[in-house]
Amino acid sequence: MTATTPDAAALTAAPVERAPPSLLRRLPHSPVAMVGLGLILFWVALAVLAPLLPLDPPNKQDLMALADPRPSWRHWLGTDFKGRDILSRLIWGARTVLSVAPLAALSAYVVGCPLGLAAGYYGGKVDTLISRLSDIILSFPIIILYVILIANIGPSALNIVLAVVLTAAPGIARIVRGLTLEQRHLDYIAAAQLRRENALYIMFVELLPNCRGPLITDFCLRVGYTIITIGILGFLGLGLPPPDPDWGTMVKEGTAMISVRPHMSLFPALAIVSLILGFNLLADGVRELSLRE
Amino acid sequence: MGRFIFKRAASLVLTLFAASFLVFAVTEFSPSNVARKTLGPFALQSQVDILYQKLGLHDPLAVRYSRWLGVLLGLKADPLQDPALGLQFKDPRGDKYFGNFGYSTLYKAPVNDVIWGRLKATAALAGIAFALIVPLSLVLGVLAGMREGSGLDRTISIFGIVATSVPEFASGVFLVALFVVGLGWLPGTSPLDAGSGWPIWTQMVLPVAVLVLYDSGYVVRMVRGSMAEVMNKPYIRTAILKGLPMREVVVRHAVRNAMIAPFTVILLQINFLISGVVVTEMVFAYPGFGRMILDASLFGDIALIEAATLIALTIAILTQLVSDVGYAFLNPQIRLA
Repeated sequence: MTATTPDAAALTAAPVERAPPSLLRRLPHSPVAMVGLGLILFWVALAVLAPLLPLDPPNKQDLMALADPRPSWRHWLGTDFKGRDILSRLIWGARTVLSVAPLAALSAYVVGCPLGLAAGYYGGKVDTLISRLSDIILSFPIIILYVILIANIGPSALNIVLAVVLTAAPGIARIVRGLTLEQRHLDYIAAAQLRRENALYIMFVELLPNCRGPLITDFCLRVGYTIITIGILGFLGLGLPPPDPDWGTMVKEGTAMISVRPHMSLFPALAIVSLILGFNLLADGVRELSLRE
Repeated sequence: MGRFIFKRAASLVLTLFAASFLVFAVTEFSPSNVARKTLGPFALQSQVDILYQKLGLHDPLAVRYSRWLGVLLGLKADPLQDPALGLQFKDPRGDKYFGNFGYSTLYKAPVNDVIWGRLKATAALAGIAFALIVPLSLVLGVLAGMREGSGLDRTISIFGIVATSVPEFASGVFLVALFVVGLGWLPGTSPLDAGSGWPIWTQMVLPVAVLVLYDSGYVVRMVRGSMAEVMNKPYIRTAILKGLPMREVVVRHAVRNAMIAPFTVILLQINFLISGVVVTEMVFAYPGFGRMILDASLFGDIALIEAATLIALTIAILTQLVSDVGYAFLNPQIRLA
């Protein structure tokens, strides 16, 4: 695996050498990462600026446009089956996706990291218990678990975050556990133990920061995957409640008209793909950078 | 080796129990809901109350789970088939047999009459997709990982990233817009019914393509990574330096070792495929297992949801077992440890 963190290697092999410049500053060296970052920032900027842009309100119906919903000067990306401006709905929908997806992924990390650290650091029974529980969740075909959960607890932003935490935290715990196992026997941990630091300090201040390379990559991938999940739930009819714009729901509504008005589903689908691609490219670039060190 | 297989199998059976309990807990967490959903929205509250009593829904979750398990294993009669309830849930197999999943309220038939035909349709879809994903990703992954950083590698890697960034419902929309609406070459729905004027095989093309595109992106990247790692090993350098032709080095020395890691990944794709078919079947109105689970969940057909999830889990867990055992078999470091 690529998991052997370069930071740890640098610390053990050449302690006098200056620390390499931070990942953020080396980012411009990776064209792949920059393209990804560009795509993400494009959507972030639109989402932030949404109230300032000269857009129709996302739920406003332009009844005149119902006759011809195709893209025009009035509606750049056309209107949907209810005469609502697609561009405006995409930009306002970006606000939802860009707040729910990172929040959900972050919450999953808040739950998954301590579990993985504990499993890797303590080992033994703690490890067995956490690993077995993770295995149970990870053995599910993931979408089926989402469908059952959301169909039972109802679709809302909070419930989607909860479902993502439940399904993603075990995977994060497994990765963190693996990284912790690699680091646990290194000298800096022994040194901290000799200094009589307490276990929480060692786990969160010593171990976790040294696992960050692979975790940053995994976080980007996970945000991308969460966007896919939210899109799928919307497409399956389990998205955020209408009428507020949700990208997956927009694709679903558009497919009913795809044979006559393909633009209604094509534009939302393109929006989702571009944002996911952004996170995946960023993840790939970061991974390459941390390998190159 | 025998001990290893036995230990893995035992732990997977345990996982299956725990996971099925989890599904049971989620779907039957609220007992009054169970009675209501069984009778449907138009039943009187008094009827719901009677069913609530008869089914013992006031018992704790663990007790209800053991009862459900008893019915499934054929140790207990299915309480819903009791003629005294007047539900008309008739099953020609009787009310007590091994594999009794109960009665589907959505399809108004025993679950066993509904589920297996659907599973067969999905197995065909996923099987064809899988048979294409494996060779395609192996060839592309080996070609890319063979010369890290080459033009071919970059092209294939970019394809991999893009393919994993297009979820099934989005690629479904793109492909339908192009091949159905634009060119008119293929049908946009796949009811597996020749009456629509399109032969059955044409109805399979787009659903299979959607599954292959999304999944192979991921596998290609895994194979490429593993191949690139092997190509940097000293014994490959030795093989090149002793004058073997590149072809020989790749085919005889590198590929075999590079396949060990992706082997697990490839088998785990079956788990992803089960997820993928839910969406794909929805896009193309394909009469399969995935769409059935979705319909059952939206309708609240508890018996069908539980049965379908249990079957999906069993498939996922069996492939996991095969992949664990196969991995140990391929990798002597584990086999002999």
